Formats: sequence, C-alpha cells, structure tokens
Amino acid sequence: MIQFTEVFKRYASGKEAIKRLNLNVEQGAMVFVTGRSGAGKTTLLRLIALIERHTRGQIIVNSQNLERVKGNRIPLFRRNIGFMFQDHRLLNDRTVFDNVALPMVVAGYSYQETRKRVHAALDKVGLLAVEKSSPPSLSGGEQQRVGIARAVVHHPALLLADEPTGNLDPALSWESMKLFEQFNQVGVTVLIASHDLEMIRKLKKPIITLKAGKLLTATSNVDTDE
Amino acid sequence: MNNKRKAGSGSQEISKSIRIWMTQHARACISSIGNIFKNPIGNLFSTTVIGVALALPAGFYMLLDNAEQVIQSWEGNVQIALYLQANTSDERAIFLKNELGMLKTIESITLITKEQALEEYKILSGFAEALDSLESNPLPSMLLIQPKIDTFAGQAGEDLLNQLSAIPEIESAQLDRQWVKRLIVILHILERAAIVLATLLSVAVLLIVGNTIRLSIINKRTEIEINKLFGATNAFIQRPFLYTGLIFGLCGSLISWFLLLISTLIMQEPINQLATLYNSDFSLQGLMFSEVLILLLSGGSLGLIGSWVAVGRHLKDMEPQ
Repeated sequence: MIQFTEVFKRYASGKEAIKRLNLNVEQGAMVFVTGRSGAGKTTLLRLIALIERHTRGQIIVNSQNLERVKGNRIPLFRRNIGFMFQDHRLLNDRTVFDNVALPMVVAGYSYQETRKRVHAALDKVGLLAVEKSSPPSLSGGEQQRVGIARAVVHHPALLLADEPTGNLDPALSWESMKLFEQFNQVGVTVLIASHDLEMIRKLKKPIITLKAGKLLTATSNVDTDE
Repeated sequence: MNNKRKAGSGSQEISKSIRIWMTQHARACISSIGNIFKNPIGNLFSTTVIGVALALPAGFYMLLDNAEQVIQSWEGNVQIALYLQANTSDERAIFLKNELGMLKTIESITLITKEQALEEYKILSGFAEALDSLESNPLPSMLLIQPKIDTFAGQAGEDLLNQLSAIPEIESAQLDRQWVKRLIVILHILERAAIVLATLLSVAVLLIVGNTIRLSIINKRTEIEINKLFGATNAFIQRPFLYTGLIFGLCGSLISWFLLLISTLIMQEPINQLATLYNSDFSLQGLMFSEVLILLLSGGSLGLIGSWVAVGRHLKDMEPQ
C-alpha cells in the first residue's frame, strides 16, 4: 500500500527531515509511527498525502508513483485518503453533520448518499445524536470522534492519523484506538503517528520508529530493505 | 452485446458527471448565498457601493439619452432668419413676405417689422427708457422662415439660403442651426465623458468585488485547506467565490437600477414643469428593458471578473499545512 524507496526530504531551509527512508506497509495493515518530536513522523505523513513533495527517492502509495501525481490528479489521489489531526481541524461555523459530510461533498456525492454515509459514520463513533450541534459545543473527546467520522466517511483505502490521541486522557485514547482497529478490520490501511508508546505496545501492531529522519527500528509485519 | 453495454455505461457515466457538475454548481451557489447572508450588513454596504458606482455612469447615460431626444425634436424647428436692410420700407417687407411665401421649399413665413422688434426688445431687455431716448430705431425688420423639413435636411437648405441671400433688400440670411450643431457636439463630448466615467467606475467595481472576495478567501483559509486535503479540486474551491462575485455584481446592478428609478421620480416633476413652459409634452425617460438587461449583464460580469482575479491571485498558494 505504501512503499518508500531511498526517500529523502530536504526543506528549503536545508533541514533534512527524512534521510534515506525505506519501508513497506502492506495493504490492510495497521501500523504505528513513533519517535520523538522532530523525528520526521509528521513529515512522513505529509509526504504520503502529497502535502509535501519528497526531494529524492520513490514513494508509491496505492500503486501510484507520487512523482507522477501532479496538478489535477492530486485531488483525486487525496480522495482515497482519510485524515485525522491532533487539533481536530473541524470547521466551527458548521454543524457536526456538515463537517463529517465535507469529504462526500467534495467528491460530489448526492445528498441522499451523503446523508446515509454521514449517519453511518456518526453512528459508528456514537455521535449521531449531536449531528446538528456545532463542534465547539462538544467535549475534546467528542470533537476527536467527529474528526474520525470525517476521516472515514468517504470509505478511504488509507487512513492517516497524526497524533490522534495527543489531547485525550488514556481512556478516551484507548477508545479512539479501538475505533481505528475496527476500521482496519474492514480493510482500511491505517497509519498512525503517535508518541504514546505505552498504549501502542498494548495494541500489538507493527511499529516504525524514526529518529532524526532515519528508520531506527521496525517491528514485525513491516518489511524494510535495510 | 458487449460493446453495446460499454456504450450504455459510457453515456451513463456522462450523465452521471453532468449530474455531479450540476449538483456542485447548485451547492456552490446556495453556499455563497448562505455566506452572504451570514454577514448581511457588511455585504449590503459592499453591494450598495457597487450599486452607486454603477448608477453614476448609467444615470449619466440616461440623461444624455434624454437630452439627445430633446435636441432631435428641436432640429425640426430650425428657422432661417432674414435681416432686411435698414432702409427697407414696411410695404416692401410685406411684399417680400408674400413673394417668398409662394416658394415650395418654405413651410411658413413670419414678418417682424422693426417696430415690432423694438417693442419686443424693450420688453425683454428691460432697457425701455434707454431705448426711448434713441432718435431712430436701430433694429432691422426681419423675416422668419420655417423651411419644409425635407428642404432643410440636405443641400436644398443651402440652396435656399443662397437664393435668399441674393435678394438685394436682404442684409443677411442666417440659418439658425449652428447652435444645435454645437449642442450635438457638446453632447458627443459628454458621451465620451460618460464612457470614461463608466470605465473608471467599472475599475472601482472590480476592485470592490476583488477586495471583498480576497477578504472572504482569507477568512476561509482553514476551510479551503481542509477541503483541499480531502480532495477538493481548484474548481470546487473557486466556485462559491465566483458565485459570490456574480451575485454581488447582479445585486449591485439591481440597486443601481433602483437608485435610477428613484432619481427619475424625483426629477420628473420639475422637468415636466420645464417642458410645459416650452409647450412640450416631453417627460424624462427611464431605462428601457434592454438597457436594464445591459446594466445587469455588465454588473454581473464585472462581479465575476473581479472575483476571478481575486481567486486566481489568492487561491493558488493556499495549500494544506
């Protein structure tokens, strides 16, 4: 699903965020990326989502070589990905329903289809009752789950989550992780950047550890060429 | 069979993408109307400014149009003034009047004797006493000729003028047309001025719309980034802003039309009074239906172009962070 070959990312400032990274995440896997702040976790996710461009090497995501995904094809590429952020990034002037519906609207689904899927996604995260509320009226954990619903409503093949549990207490974090696990069980490839090692270990999933932009260790199920 | 099925699914694909396209446009249109109503006061101000900016050249044009109609109605009233030599007797003047009245090219002819002219001048000038002290009447007798319309129009007018000048008793013959010509030229100058004004104010409308859209793009930065992150195309992001610009332009045109209607109503009464004084049934003409359409069209396209420029300049560098 995701294949990095000798990938480098150097920012305009000269800082090298990713150095000679090789990794391979199988389709349908659920993988954690850990490492200290500044180790390159976020950059890794941004390269996969084409928010940033890598400077050397080859990245293949969903059998597409990212170097060939340009211009008009970037939006279509991104419609196969769901995003989750630590700071939720919900639109506060819209209802929960409208926030979750965003990926469906962007892709041009009909209202009926959108409503069906949004309700299913909100039901899954247990927030169907608050669909007409605005995000600021919800608790941090609830906003987080709205973000999860938005990330999966359009049935993406790949789910990218950047520190999804960063602001949550352990019980809520565990709930979120269980949700990700459920999506993974229905076939979504999940890649989660997190520094919450304690919890990650309990889930018994493959872990990629980055240090200063390099691969430090990778546990089972993740092939590395090094 | 297989091919047929392929063709069928192909046309289904096309109708599906047309449906998506229409849905997206309807959504963009509705969402931009919704956004306009989220900030009703501010947007009302913007549209009113656009309305005033459009009303000025449109009103100027309307007045010129009316002035031209007035002048065209005057052009038919052009007269030839024949000034007789000072020593011509009144009898001779009456004879000339009767002689000339027989010409086919002349519609009507009026004699104003020097005495009549003096009386009239006394009344009009207010110099009655000063004129009384004069020993002799300095004014000439005068024949006012109303040429036939078709005579007047072309070379025949000039011929008539030459023919009249050749009569020995006639001191000078003036075709009283020069000032109409001048007025028409002045109107042409004012028309140019209206074009210049319209151009300048169109630029103003572009800037107003452009700036409003620019601010709303900046306000919606987060939304734009999230949309792009979830695969929104640039067209998708642009659409609501373009609709907003179009709606601003159209509403501005409607406001300017409304302003013109009010101004017409306010000016109607004194203009009617003036027309009555000139024995005319002239009344101020508002914009015609086609002119209102042109006003809406230009307002709408100015709004669209203004937002297009703003969108082109500000959306490209808004990539998700």
